Amino acid sequence: MTAVTTGTTARTASVGTGHTRVEGRDKVTGAARYAAEVPFADLAHGWLVLSTIARGRIRALDTDPVLAMPGVLAVLDHRNAPHLDTDYTGMLGKPDPTCAVFQHDRVPHLGWPVALVVAETSEQAREAAEALVVHYEQEPHDVEFTADHPDARPVDGHMPAVTEKGDLDARLASSAVVVDAEYTTPEEHHNPMEPHAATARWDDGRLEVIDSNQGVTWVAGELASLFSLDPASVRVRSEHVGGGFGSKGVRAHQVAAVMAATLLQRPVRVVLTRRQMFSLAGYRSPTAQRVRLGADADGRLRALEHRSVSRTSTVHEFVEPSAGVARVMYDADAHHTANHVVRLDVPTPTWMRAPGEAPGSFALEAALDELAEKCGIDPIELRLRNEPETGPVSGLPFAGRNLAACFREGARRFGWADRDSRPGVRREGRWLLGTGTAAASFPAGAAPSTATATAHPDGTFTVRISAADIGTGARTALALVAADALQVPPERVRVRIGDSDFGPAMIAGGSMGTRSWSWAVKTAAGELRERLALGADIPVEGLTVRADTTEALGALAPAERHSFGAQFAEVAVDVTTGEVRVRRMLGIFAAGRIVNPLTARNQFLGGMIWGISMALHEEAVRDRASGGPVGADLAGYHVATHADVPRIEADWIDDTDPDDPVGIKGIGEIGVVGAAAAVANAVWHATGVRHRSLPIRPDRVLSAAAGARDA
Amino acid sequence: MASSTSSVITLKINGEKHTLPVDHRTTLLDALRERLDLTGTKKGCDQGQCGACTVLLDGRRAVACLQLAVAAEGREITTIEGVADGERLHPVQQAFLDLDGFQCGYCTPGQICSAIGMIEEHAAGWPSAVTEDVRPEAGPPPLTADEIRERMSGNLCRCGAYVAIVEAVARAAETHPDEGHATLAEGTKETVA
Repeated sequence: MTAVTTGTTARTASVGTGHTRVEGRDKVTGAARYAAEVPFADLAHGWLVLSTIARGRIRALDTDPVLAMPGVLAVLDHRNAPHLDTDYTGMLGKPDPTCAVFQHDRVPHLGWPVALVVAETSEQAREAAEALVVHYEQEPHDVEFTADHPDARPVDGHMPAVTEKGDLDARLASSAVVVDAEYTTPEEHHNPMEPHAATARWDDGRLEVIDSNQGVTWVAGELASLFSLDPASVRVRSEHVGGGFGSKGVRAHQVAAVMAATLLQRPVRVVLTRRQMFSLAGYRSPTAQRVRLGADADGRLRALEHRSVSRTSTVHEFVEPSAGVARVMYDADAHHTANHVVRLDVPTPTWMRAPGEAPGSFALEAALDELAEKCGIDPIELRLRNEPETGPVSGLPFAGRNLAACFREGARRFGWADRDSRPGVRREGRWLLGTGTAAASFPAGAAPSTATATAHPDGTFTVRISAADIGTGARTALALVAADALQVPPERVRVRIGDSDFGPAMIAGGSMGTRSWSWAVKTAAGELRERLALGADIPVEGLTVRADTTEALGALAPAERHSFGAQFAEVAVDVTTGEVRVRRMLGIFAAGRIVNPLTARNQFLGGMIWGISMALHEEAVRDRASGGPVGADLAGYHVATHADVPRIEADWIDDTDPDDPVGIKGIGEIGVVGAAAAVANAVWHATGVRHRSLPIRPDRVLSAAAGARDA
Repeated sequence: MASSTSSVITLKINGEKHTLPVDHRTTLLDALRERLDLTGTKKGCDQGQCGACTVLLDGRRAVACLQLAVAAEGREITTIEGVADGERLHPVQQAFLDLDGFQCGYCTPGQICSAIGMIEEHAAGWPSAVTEDVRPEAGPPPLTADEIRERMSGNLCRCGAYVAIVEAVARAAETHPDEGHATLAEGTKETVA
């Protein structure tokens, strides 16, 4: 036994200084293994067969000829698949039945999984899957999403569907200035670079799944519930995850892999193709939003209405709560917000980076810009005049609202003071130039998590937590947090994540991952340090302290807890080709304490690039005739690439959260919020034309220019 | 092993010869990942649209998903596993690591292989769509940030690490013997304000 002191000499804090990623070397050398890359002896390959109709029933599957094909081991469908239990409430609510594959003959959307073909090699599985003939009884489908769909109705989701205070019509009627505008955003897909992949196997009586997901204990719990297994008998590991953005939870591929591994009693891998991801990985619903603002001549809001319609599938209710952002951002005497949903014969949408806030901030912040124009007030000044004292709907105090400071710092650095507010007057060759701004907010939260911290006799430490690093830099951030709590250099701390055996923890989602995990890690590491300081001995197997933050989080006082930000963009528009280029962009954020400036800057910028992508490129088009997506791949669905991204900068102001042990708020999503609105507002400033439908495609710019000429 | 649907082939990968039977349908990408355990080359789309599977074939960039393994016989194949000099990272790898030119890391091997190929293409005088003077006698254009962005646009990064990737490629290119240092520094240092 060895007694180790953690050292009492003052050392520079690790949190707040830039550190390269601890797994960085593995990622730049190709050594980091993702879910489909862990080798197994005797591995079989599963390939999903998806429906080619959007609504109806499976009449028959011609499996015999497929089973006779070379290498084919099995075909799973609704006639022979094991029963799944979907009547449970998991960590994030009721399961989306899309993941409960092969339970019935109904087809609720195009791209619904109807069979899994398993073969010795991936080539054999793919060919056999493509050869499987499925006979359907087709029914008429409805995939057409419209703002005035008669079946749209208010749905709560993870916030109340409707909030109302004051007499909206009366306040609008008495307002000196009114904005009444409709905005639309299209169906958008996460498209993480790594497709969803899982390998399932039974190992010594336990089910083990090597998966790519955003929360291992979450997925393990869902699989245990679906297959009616003892949760302790399910282990899910997810060491490296090639992006998630909300799409990587429990999905058809894991469930199908577990079914096949159980049937065949050998490891089975199922990987979604990029095309399959457009049906099975979730997506962001299109939205149709209406914003009505009524203000005094000096821009003070008297009436605010934000209504949003999104769509969901016929099998599961998911709400894209776009109207929620107004409940945080602006107050008015009359303040009405509502989220409506319509059920169509389409795949179920899901959380996608800044769910609600991303499309909602586009509509609301564009409407604010229109109000600024009508009032003849600078858009930043308009927002500063409408800073609420307390939560506009909740009435709760803000636990920090540093939006004004973000705007001041951003305006200074962007050169906003020199801006000529007139639209359509700056020309440079074939380009019209303009600048725009928008506000951003995203909820700051934490969820219960457990972690262990272990001291080893050699003076090193191991932290274990079932966190996920989906590219956020969480593994590195947690090493820095643990190092400070232990008062040792981060090089002495190993962080192990992505294993459900480490115990329950929050998922990587809702901008809550790093904050939730850091809370648990700091608690465990801090207590370990105290015990070592009191002279505790370290046995050979190490001295371990376990922490659970459930109680501490329950003691947090109710408040409006959010990150804030100010987005700025400069665009160039060629109205004769319709081309829009973002020339520069700046985001200033008040998002809590920044644990690792190197990776945080990257993450903020990534969010802002999502905003550019949303404003100008991303749009999944659904074919009314087939009910399926058109061009369901990365050639048909455009995401921003190198040439679309100019010099952009992200920075932050001091905004340490006083109620968080590390001061964290969360940074995963706020970079997206308001970014598309800033670009759209800049396009107006450049051209004098409001684009209220995203993306701002060349044809839309051209027809707007033609309309302006004809007017 | 040879039959109407499979052949025994020899692939030269990272200077090492590998002899293996392959199904004729097997892409170079699947041969690397599923047959040779060289999983550093990533499969993002399997359709030549994302660049995650970029390798170097005879020194030039190629997407391994659009190449059949049987057609890669006799080529010099370099994957991400073969670009470092033993323990010493390739300058492009080192710059990606130091400047945080990635987030989730899945597009990273493709970005790095693409950057290595691109720096050579540029040094050899190949113009791009944004090159102003494309006359052969003009020589390589300055490797500005815009040149890097244009030349790297076949490699998607959904996390949006583009800003740091461009910085990393520029830094690595500075160490290339055929690259002009002064033009690089001038062209890539940009600020918003």
